[in-house]
Amino acid sequence: MPESQANIHAAPGATTRFLRRYPPLVLAAAGFVLFTLLVALAADWIAPYHYTTQDLANRLKAPAFLGGPEQYWLGTDELGRDLLSRLIYATRFSVVIAIAGTTIGAVVGTLLGFIAAHFRGWIEESVMMLVDAQASLPFILLALAVLAFFGNSLVLFILILGINGWETYARLARGMVISANTQGYAVAVRALGATPFTIYRRHILPNIASILIVQYTLNFPATILLETSMSFLGLGIQPPLTSLGQMLGAGRAHLLSAWWISILPGMMIFLTTLSISILGDWLRDRFDPTLRNR
Amino acid sequence: MNLRFFGVKLFRAVVTLLLVVTFAFVILRLSGDPVEILLGDDVDQATLQHYRELYGLDRPLPEQYLRYFGGIARGDLGFSLTDERAVTTVIAEAVPATLLLGFTALLISLAVGVPLGIIAALNRNKIVDRFVMTFAVFGFSIPNFFLGILLILLFSLWLRWLPSSGMGTIWHLIMPAVTLGLSSAGSLARFTRSSMLDVLNRSYVRTAAAKGVPRLRRIAWHALPNAAIPLVTVLGFRLGDLIAGAIVTETVFAWPGVGRLLVSAVSARDLAVVQGVLLMTAVTMITANLLVDLIYGWIDPRIRTAGNSPGGDHA
Repeated sequence: MPESQANIHAAPGATTRFLRRYPPLVLAAAGFVLFTLLVALAADWIAPYHYTTQDLANRLKAPAFLGGPEQYWLGTDELGRDLLSRLIYATRFSVVIAIAGTTIGAVVGTLLGFIAAHFRGWIEESVMMLVDAQASLPFILLALAVLAFFGNSLVLFILILGINGWETYARLARGMVISANTQGYAVAVRALGATPFTIYRRHILPNIASILIVQYTLNFPATILLETSMSFLGLGIQPPLTSLGQMLGAGRAHLLSAWWISILPGMMIFLTTLSISILGDWLRDRFDPTLRNR
Repeated sequence: MNLRFFGVKLFRAVVTLLLVVTFAFVILRLSGDPVEILLGDDVDQATLQHYRELYGLDRPLPEQYLRYFGGIARGDLGFSLTDERAVTTVIAEAVPATLLLGFTALLISLAVGVPLGIIAALNRNKIVDRFVMTFAVFGFSIPNFFLGILLILLFSLWLRWLPSSGMGTIWHLIMPAVTLGLSSAGSLARFTRSSMLDVLNRSYVRTAAAKGVPRLRRIAWHALPNAAIPLVTVLGFRLGDLIAGAIVTETVFAWPGVGRLLVSAVSARDLAVVQGVLLMTAVTMITANLLVDLIYGWIDPRIRTAGNSPGGDHA
């Protein structure tokens, strides 16, 4: 890459190189994502109370730092439940559901993309038609209809979140497999007698994996936003279970008297999606060779 | 305009519409007896039967399906189960509010997003670019409902400047439109930026620079028209985001539009209204995307001669 090298006037020091490679914002984002994952994993140990434990004598208390009772750091909700504990468990539910949903979408989409690229013909046409159909309608509309009419089961909700976003992987995988099939390495391996499956698994998939992983990172915030939106509308996660969106929606009724019930989970959603988006952008810039050459 | 290009697009649009209609029908009919859900358990069988016949729910499924199709073809979407009026009337009442909100939000997101994206691209990796991109990621990451609630908290409950819910004056419009507009402004700025960068890096722009074309003319004459091509496609998708955002935003601000109608219809299990909203949105979006494809073919001759769809579907 002679172009980018021409821009470098002097050899930077080790710290500068490190910061150029991993900007502070990216490090902070990675730190927050790690923190969120740890909170989700360790919820049972770090939460001071269970998320359903009620203390009716202490309802709608302010956080300790705003003059509320000492034992509830972040205050309590309308049933006297500890908001810190609820926030921790809500984070766990939201994160687990989003991981499950995004993974389902990635696997299904990639698989369909490979199938479309391998068989071509009417199979490819059908897959692409489904892709078009899904892209033609905001997904939350379909999701709302399905959930409300089939009732709210957690499994169904996760499956729905999984269906959201599959089409991007399908489109990406299909395009990349088709172009990879014609490239030298695939042609060479095929000439050596490898079966199509071997070529896909051992040669093409590793080659396109970075782009799919970037897409996963970019898709993840969208899944979180869909889950929290639907839970916010009261049509996703149902009480007594909780999620960040469900907490926020339930807190709306007390916005004037106890704004922190809504704002705390809102900040948590915002910071989580923000951090993952920053990481995703950074990953894309690093992996996408057309961007790197600029 | 190449007829074959148009034909392929139209065919795909119609198939997509059929898929959506079938999806709506299958999902909503599979889910149980809507009359029982609506009337509850304490109603005698005769009444249930009466309502089933009234809504045609006692017929076999294929017949219901065909009747449904016939109804749609005649513009008849059935009757709302909750207030007994025609679905088309109920939806038509809600459409103007959503259009008002949607157009204002679209204008806000265009007015904010496109210039920011261009500025960022022209100052790539400088402080302005970083700032704009941070704003974009913020806008993309903040959920509609959270932004809305923050605005309500600040401007309605604390400062008491703006009404928190309902519709009527221009003051009612400000917060919902800003909420909805800003969320897509962020991603629009990103697309504009990357599309601009892509074009600025092309050989024809470098050639123009080499032969001494002034920077401003290079940007406005050589780069912008080409950068606008992917933007047109993205606008088609943004429409979907706007509709999705409207569902949440209208609920937050009690804005009497289609989004809020849908949420309350879903809560009340009003099948007919949900189907109606689904179909109406599908028709709107499919038409919009068809238009996008046509405009795309018109501004980029390579597409219409190849008969391909934008976004590299059939690259």
